[in-house]
Amino acid sequence: MTWLCDFWRSSIGGKVTMAVTGLLLFGFVVAHLLGNLKLLAGPDSINAYAKMLHDLGPLLWVARIGLLVIFVLHVVTAIRLSSANKAARPVRYSKEATMQATLASRSMVLSGLTVLVFLIYHLLHFTLGVTNPEHFQKKAAGAQGFDVYAMVTASFANPAIALTYVAAQVVLFFHLSHGMQSLAHTLGLHHARYTPMIKKLSFLLALLIAGGNAFLALSVLTGIVKGAA
Amino acid sequence: MKLTLHIWRQQKRSTKDNFAQDGKMVRYELDHVSPDMSFLEMLDVLNEQLTRKGEEPVVFDHDCREGICGSCSLMINGEAHGPQSGTTTCQLHMRSFQDGAEIWIEPWRAAAFPVIKDLMVDRSAFDRIVQAGAFISVNTGAPQDANAIPVPKADADKAFDAATCIGCGACVAACKNASAMLFVGAKVSHFVHLPQGRVERETRARKLVAQMDAEGFGNCTNQYECEAACPKDIPVRVIAEMNREFVRAKAVEEPPSKKRVGGDG
Repeated sequence: MTWLCDFWRSSIGGKVTMAVTGLLLFGFVVAHLLGNLKLLAGPDSINAYAKMLHDLGPLLWVARIGLLVIFVLHVVTAIRLSSANKAARPVRYSKEATMQATLASRSMVLSGLTVLVFLIYHLLHFTLGVTNPEHFQKKAAGAQGFDVYAMVTASFANPAIALTYVAAQVVLFFHLSHGMQSLAHTLGLHHARYTPMIKKLSFLLALLIAGGNAFLALSVLTGIVKGAA
Repeated sequence: MKLTLHIWRQQKRSTKDNFAQDGKMVRYELDHVSPDMSFLEMLDVLNEQLTRKGEEPVVFDHDCREGICGSCSLMINGEAHGPQSGTTTCQLHMRSFQDGAEIWIEPWRAAAFPVIKDLMVDRSAFDRIVQAGAFISVNTGAPQDANAIPVPKADADKAFDAATCIGCGACVAACKNASAMLFVGAKVSHFVHLPQGRVERETRARKLVAQMDAEGFGNCTNQYECEAACPKDIPVRVIAEMNREFVRAKAVEEPPSKKRVGGDG
């Protein structure tokens, strides 16, 4: 294990940790969106999906704990690396200029922390039912006790909640659009033909994921997806 | 040309606890600057004026003044080696600036590059990285036939692109995180594309990265400011190559053996 810790502690080892955990989290975000899109297929579809996930039992806990470990590793490594980066420049330039770094790349720490805060809110909202218990109760009250549809539609009918989710997706878009091209480079992928493609793909995938999530919230708010009767 | 200069003046050497020391930006007015002067010649003119006035001249690094030695530095208006791409400060000319321009001149700012005085920084961290393994340690003996070891042109080009590094430190200065990964990547890439360099590729990758980390440089976040600042246009490809080499070297590294190995040699 010491060699693994040594690797993590090295600069490139830390970067590789960010890249690998980032890639896994990206996979989760994709699966999460694909599951959520069942909202468009109506209450039966998404409620059955929620029940199926819940019925995984111990497997669900393996996935949850695995996800938590990956997430904590991503955040802890980010804190270690960025505080080392701050320490590496004790005096700032009085005149700063940026030549080709993108806005997304320069705001990774900020966008990451914003996503972290949103994620905590998101869990309190839909998973633990702390922030809006009246919406959370709709889930248990509905068919088979898994009426996710009723819970989600009731929540996003509230403009403040829906717009908070949309705003978080804009931040997520920034984070992913740099994150995905950055992880490819960190994992050693640089090629005259593929690197420009990866940059475009990174932008497009980030747009699809954030846009897809935002669309779901907005479609409830605008009434494209009707609330439960 | 008439110029307004803001120059970092620092009397004492930076220490870990007091990096900026008594340093501050000082304003100077300079007249009768020729657009044909190099940036360093403009500073020479300023220093002559300061000397005549009995003030201390501004200390800055320079040597060959033809863009090949890597001695000159200077952050000019927030850009390493100034506004012209692929050019060192000594090869930058005043025609790149407008008459009446205001110019901010600062030293490279990195914990690993302590300021010696004014605009001069100590870049011996780079020397220590090179000493850690950016060389081939076999005795090459007498010269062999030119084509005894064939090297494909594409490989030779990649190695040469990396080998054009003059070790000026602009990559560190321009990096938002003061990371030296373009420099160290250049050293890795310089050797790994050549058969002679490939022999020690694992130990080299491990030693160079370990020394880079020990010097207190930051970590790359793939923003590529280094590439834009590099006076020799070294591509960020070398960073991806170094990442690959380091991961590979760590993966194949064997644990220290307790058994006696290798005989008495």
